[in-house]
Amino acid sequence: MPTKKLEIKNLTFTYNKGTSFAKRVLDGVSLSFGAGEFTGLIGRTGSGKSTLIMQLNALLKPESGQVLLDDEDIHADKSKLKEVRRRVGLVFQYPEQQLFEATVRDDIAFGPKNMGFSKEEINERVRKALDLTGLTPEIAEKSPFDLSGGQKRRVAIAGVLAMQPEVLILDEPAAGLDPAGRDEILSNIKQMHERTGITVILVSHSMEDIAKLTNRLIVINEGRIVMDDPPHLVFQNTEELISMGLSAPQAALLTQELIKKGFAIPPDLHTVDGVVAALFDVYAKHLHNSTHV
Amino acid sequence: MISAKYVSFDYKAVVVDADNKGANGDIKLINAVKDMNLDVQAGEFVAILGRNGSGKSTFAKLTNALLTPSSGELVVNGFNTCVEANVWNIRQNAGMVFQNPDNQIIATIVEDDIAFGPENLGVPTEEIRKRVDNALSLVNMSEYALHSPHFLSGGQKQRVCIAGALAMHPNLLILDEPTAMLDPIGRKEVLAAVSGLNKNSGITVLLITHYMEEAVLADKVFVMDEGAVVMQGTPREVFSHPQKLRALGLDVPQVTEIAERLAAHGVPIKTDIITINEMVEELCRLKNSK
Repeated sequence: MPTKKLEIKNLTFTYNKGTSFAKRVLDGVSLSFGAGEFTGLIGRTGSGKSTLIMQLNALLKPESGQVLLDDEDIHADKSKLKEVRRRVGLVFQYPEQQLFEATVRDDIAFGPKNMGFSKEEINERVRKALDLTGLTPEIAEKSPFDLSGGQKRRVAIAGVLAMQPEVLILDEPAAGLDPAGRDEILSNIKQMHERTGITVILVSHSMEDIAKLTNRLIVINEGRIVMDDPPHLVFQNTEELISMGLSAPQAALLTQELIKKGFAIPPDLHTVDGVVAALFDVYAKHLHNSTHV
Repeated sequence: MISAKYVSFDYKAVVVDADNKGANGDIKLINAVKDMNLDVQAGEFVAILGRNGSGKSTFAKLTNALLTPSSGELVVNGFNTCVEANVWNIRQNAGMVFQNPDNQIIATIVEDDIAFGPENLGVPTEEIRKRVDNALSLVNMSEYALHSPHFLSGGQKQRVCIAGALAMHPNLLILDEPTAMLDPIGRKEVLAAVSGLNKNSGITVLLITHYMEEAVLADKVFVMDEGAVVMQGTPREVFSHPQKLRALGLDVPQVTEIAERLAAHGVPIKTDIITINEMVEELCRLKNSK
């Protein structure tokens, strides 16, 4: 277990507290994210996951409980909140809607510029952010509005990376993209993680995407953490996931159906590669047996 | 229901100088839709696939006369969309739901938002009540009837938007990536509602989506690229060309890919499998065959 980067201790939060609309959305959540870990977070609409990630960069304040960044309570010192939000970068859904500058370069430079860095430092940060998101120097000079949906989204992520956060939280980074765009941005995020060792938390409604990318998967339901395991273990519980408004990749759903029909395959298959290998194995054995009959 | 003959649509864009110093006043035309031909019969459930920028959304707006063709002819529900006098008739019968619900909600109470359309049509009050309740129940949002939309999550808001379109009792429903923001159950519920409206009420559905598993539910799939239809057929026909689809920036359902790859390894499996059930059946058949 790597050292704890971010820790949530017994966190509870209620929206509209004291009104008739009061709704407890987080209920005694305790979690920790190790430095450099790549974690997936899934939960149905209204499960509390968006509230949870807003707590992680201090956009919301816990009703009770704590959020610790490098063992320090993020709300301990109000003057440090800005610093917390820089260290924990949050990429919202549809971040391309927040692009506004005339060129990609200016848009990415906006954050560092506001922090008062020197021109050289800003240029260096923009260069790194472009590189990490796989954007070419030619694209940097274009207007963000001339780019494709996937490219625009990478510009928005680059804008957050230019702040050089220690933790990067991505809320549905692939929503609305076509399959090729989805694969492209997700493999890009994965490479970025491998190259920088940054702590990544990925929120997604796409079980297929999350199965491919993460090595730890947290399931949140009605404001509580109900599963926290590697994806291959989480996706074995297909019925439970479905009852929580979630699902599993088709490969995992197929695996569970085949096991019910008596196929001798491992129960924790959850990717196309795994299922193909296991089924080929079954077929090869079957062929072998029948040729010997 | 929809008949498109050589429909083209050009966006006018102001040319920006290469150094981005500003517009030089020139206008260039961007052909979002080019000589598109397509026919949708009344009562059909049609899915449109295509990569980002392939012209799907532009086509959706053309079918609702939000845009009119630069050339060619588009007839929706018997009305030519180019004729100004037809616009009201077209929109009244063609409900449209967009990807981002925040741009579509106007009222401060969910049921008021859904009542907005029928109110404008002059529907009697008791009938509006029925339509609102029915529409909310179809999208599984009845318990939120008196909530403020601002307190709903993105997925819940989207279901309110769909209910708003349903309350207009359209005979054509155009949905432009309605599930892009929804969780798996939200997606399933919306698809079930849309598919139920198609099967039970005979509403023609035009569904634009990036989810291949959703296109599987359609009667017919059109694949667009660079503003034109490049593939069409039943989902089974379209998904039996995985290589072609990938070259178009698309994909096939995971079970189809599994069948494709097993076949490539020499397993005598059908390759036109598009659902989990079909895959289970086919594998059981193989297992029991000698």
